[in-house]
Amino acid sequence: MNKVDLVIIGGGPAGMGAAVAAYDAGVRDILVLERDHRLGGILEQCIHNGFGLHRFKEELTGPEYAWRFEKELHARGIAYRLNTMVLDITPDKVVTAMNSEEGVFQIQAGAVILAMGCRERPRGALNTAGTRPAGIYTAGTAQRYINIMGYMPGKKVVILGSGDIGLIMARRMTWEGAKVQMVLELMPYSGGLTRNIVQCLQDNNIPLLLSHTIVDIHGKDRVEGVTIAEVDERRQPKMETAQYVECDTILLSVGLLPENELSKKASVPLDPMTSGALVDQRRMTEVPGIFACGNVLHVHDLVDYVSEEAEIAGRGAAAYLGISGENYGAEDQAHITVKPAKGVRYTLPQRISAVEDTTVFFRVTDVHKAVKVVVKADGEVIQSRRRPRVAPGEMETVNLNAKTLADCTGKTLTIEIEEV
Amino acid sequence: MQQEIICTNCPMGCHVIVTLEGDQIVSITGNTCPRGEAYARAEVTDPKRTITTTVGIIGGGVLPVKSDRAVSKRRISEFMEKIHQVYAVRPVHIGDKLIEDLDGDGANLVATQNAE
Amino acid sequence: MFDVAIIGAGIIGGMTARELSRYQLKTVILEKCHDVAMGTTKANSAIVHAGFDAEPGTLKARLNVQGSEEMEQICQDLGVKYQRNGSLVIAYREEDLPMVQVLYERGLQNGVKNLAVLNQEELLALEPSLSDQALGALYAPTGAIVCPYELNIASVGNAMDNGTELMLDYQVTGIEVQEDGFLITGTGEPVKARFIVNAAGVYSDKIAEMVGDHSFTITPRKGQYMLLDHDCVGTIRHTLFNVPSKMGKGILVSPTVDNNLLLGPTAENQEDREDVSTTQEGLNMVQQNALKVVPKVNLRGVITAFAGLRAVGSTGDYILTSPVKGFWNAGGVESPGLSSAPAIASYLVEHMAEQGLVLEPKPDYNPYREALHAFNNMTIEEKNQVIRENPLYGHIVCRCETISEGEIVDAIHQNPPARDLDGVKRRTRAGMGRCQGGFCGPMVTEILAREWNIPLEEVTKFGGASYLNVGKTREVKDHE
Repeated sequence: MNKVDLVIIGGGPAGMGAAVAAYDAGVRDILVLERDHRLGGILEQCIHNGFGLHRFKEELTGPEYAWRFEKELHARGIAYRLNTMVLDITPDKVVTAMNSEEGVFQIQAGAVILAMGCRERPRGALNTAGTRPAGIYTAGTAQRYINIMGYMPGKKVVILGSGDIGLIMARRMTWEGAKVQMVLELMPYSGGLTRNIVQCLQDNNIPLLLSHTIVDIHGKDRVEGVTIAEVDERRQPKMETAQYVECDTILLSVGLLPENELSKKASVPLDPMTSGALVDQRRMTEVPGIFACGNVLHVHDLVDYVSEEAEIAGRGAAAYLGISGENYGAEDQAHITVKPAKGVRYTLPQRISAVEDTTVFFRVTDVHKAVKVVVKADGEVIQSRRRPRVAPGEMETVNLNAKTLADCTGKTLTIEIEEV
Repeated sequence: MQQEIICTNCPMGCHVIVTLEGDQIVSITGNTCPRGEAYARAEVTDPKRTITTTVGIIGGGVLPVKSDRAVSKRRISEFMEKIHQVYAVRPVHIGDKLIEDLDGDGANLVATQNAE
Repeated sequence: MFDVAIIGAGIIGGMTARELSRYQLKTVILEKCHDVAMGTTKANSAIVHAGFDAEPGTLKARLNVQGSEEMEQICQDLGVKYQRNGSLVIAYREEDLPMVQVLYERGLQNGVKNLAVLNQEELLALEPSLSDQALGALYAPTGAIVCPYELNIASVGNAMDNGTELMLDYQVTGIEVQEDGFLITGTGEPVKARFIVNAAGVYSDKIAEMVGDHSFTITPRKGQYMLLDHDCVGTIRHTLFNVPSKMGKGILVSPTVDNNLLLGPTAENQEDREDVSTTQEGLNMVQQNALKVVPKVNLRGVITAFAGLRAVGSTGDYILTSPVKGFWNAGGVESPGLSSAPAIASYLVEHMAEQGLVLEPKPDYNPYREALHAFNNMTIEEKNQVIRENPLYGHIVCRCETISEGEIVDAIHQNPPARDLDGVKRRTRAGMGRCQGGFCGPMVTEILAREWNIPLEEVTKFGGASYLNVGKTREVKDHE
């Protein structure tokens, strides 16, 4: 069996970022496995701008952002295989993959980085009643039709869910001549960026109906319309508000799910809150030598953060392999458990050790103005920071320095939101 | 007359109130930082947007493109018309110009993906 | 002039066609939809019933037991997945226990083998995921599961391989009884046939009326279902029925041969013969029942919900009658219709022979149909062999179910060919998984366009007006 020091599953922003960082930390024997016919992952169909503001201080489109990393891979001569599907990963890091040229092949990896990304929640997960005609797409599928294949999925559109992809597609379809009737959002607030609500919806006079959902889908062969209704505080439709809206296309932008089927095969324990792996501060899962980063770990709001996380994982893998000179030994084991508390949906990493400054990422459960983010160790406040505004759609962070962490060894850290 | 602009510079989303007398801006309030004021001023006078779309490729397929700087929002449909007339020829690379001076104000239409 | 024209390419039409294709006969199947298996067959409980339900002495009882016994061999011949997982009919209340005994007795009378009545302890030992509210059950180890549309596609395919013709998008609009047979008119060239098998499902009464037969009517009865992802099956092994009520066999929980979990159906009579929409109430009912049967079921794992229509006949039994010589009804084939299908097919063919259909065996009849490569179940060596022969097998299109381009292309060229997105899905499972075609849908659409040599905008989800896109965003230019 072929041996490779580091096998990276996925050649999107997470996989490429991890590969470059691992290389720069000294790993030379790297193989990136990508299922598509080119590197870049989902960014290749995200042709709108707004990527890279944090990282490059400029607004790039998705393919441009991906290209910056692809060039880095080329410059380092990092090996990758395209059109290659990973079929299996074992807990002892045997990777089984397949493509048309080589057939099925197996690699014994020294370390593995999972970077498979996420997928969209389909209609089935919503239990929306009605017929099952053609014309119901996830926003990402419609995006692929228009931006990659150059075909229009439909002419008159209702979008369910105001996540960023839904908002972006509202503008995209409008610019391509479709009539976007409305965007419906089940929650009383949008999960999308303000910038997208303004530039995608308001610019094009597309109404955003908060606390609304689709309760019935009509049309036998092709979608002919939907019945929409307002929902109450418990998100149950108020049927007296039901109204019919004509459309030939329904786009769903109702959430993303980390794609962890391979992680499960590798017996990687998952966090039910993130639907991604449980990891330490270097993004190593509970299976030694298997790391995870990007949207397969938890769904990010900005690709810039994916890149950041990928670099942590890449360096972590280098340390694990004993190549970078950093020690990933006994004293470096994770000792502190991190848990979400009041107002926080999840935290990541879920366990950390006190050896280095660590940023904890988290997401809140509700929109708040003026709050305090409070970090406690076994119930005792160790840090508290004000935030002017928090929202579930945006990733939040707290930075914990090594010194603070050293006092927390063996304890449980909680992160919570306090209204000011 | 007053106009309410939601600032998009950062996630704060300040609601900035611009007061106008005729075409003249007399006051801008509600912003928390200077970027908010500048944004609101531009939104009221001549809002600008970056266009991102695709052009056809000779022989089939589409190529993602963008305006390499923001263009007048009010004229976007006019620019889209123009963009629809243009076709890329393989090979084409990121940054290659497909339309020079799209808006008469120096913005070019450039490729944002490679097509070999 | 055809010897036999079969109206309807569902499981009954398909099985009958296959039975007829053993003989030197010219047979045609007329199907109003864009593909086979588009009616009741594509949306039912996927159960091969053991045969303890039906009233002894009825056609239902006899043909169910007979069909169920033949099913395993047929599936093997046709390369169709079949799993004898056993059925349990569970009582949750003291007053339901006598019914378990009644079903047991009825099963014995019907000739069902190896039936047993289980007490609570035996039941929970057999199926530990059941609610501890379950008091006892009838156990039918001969109960089985099969994929109904897979079996339907395979039976039509095998019949076609043996010379049967299939006319799709052919809706029958009139039948003229002539001296030497029948003249069938519809949405295509008129078809002449000496015999007709009316296997038109929920429309079988309408077809019967075309030859003046008003002896029965069909009431469509909607059944709503939910399908759950692989990891929701857990330890559930058997098909789990509740003790039946007046409303039918009730809502069941069952694993499928493709290792999903199926919940449903509801039972709602309606007039509309096309309406297969789901309703919030129906889906709620299905979910509540599932929670009662297996309290720990993960309902967040729902992949899709759908509904089908059973063709409930006015006589209470199957309507296998010949109102006019040469014309045979296969009406009222509701549950256990799938289980009975092989026996119904033999029944019809035998009776047509009595009316003069000559059954001369075909010397080159091939009872076997090669299944598409079950790529997932192969060893690495086998996979590599297949990829060397056809590199398209090395290209995975559907990530959720790991389906390769090779399988999809084969399904497009095998009998009966896949012509649309749903056709590919039913034949290969591409798009059947948890993302429901979000990733692979556009790619399968491209493959269909390429293999059929049609523009992308002409590819449909399931024929008719089920178009997938409205055309290119940019005109194609070949030259500057």
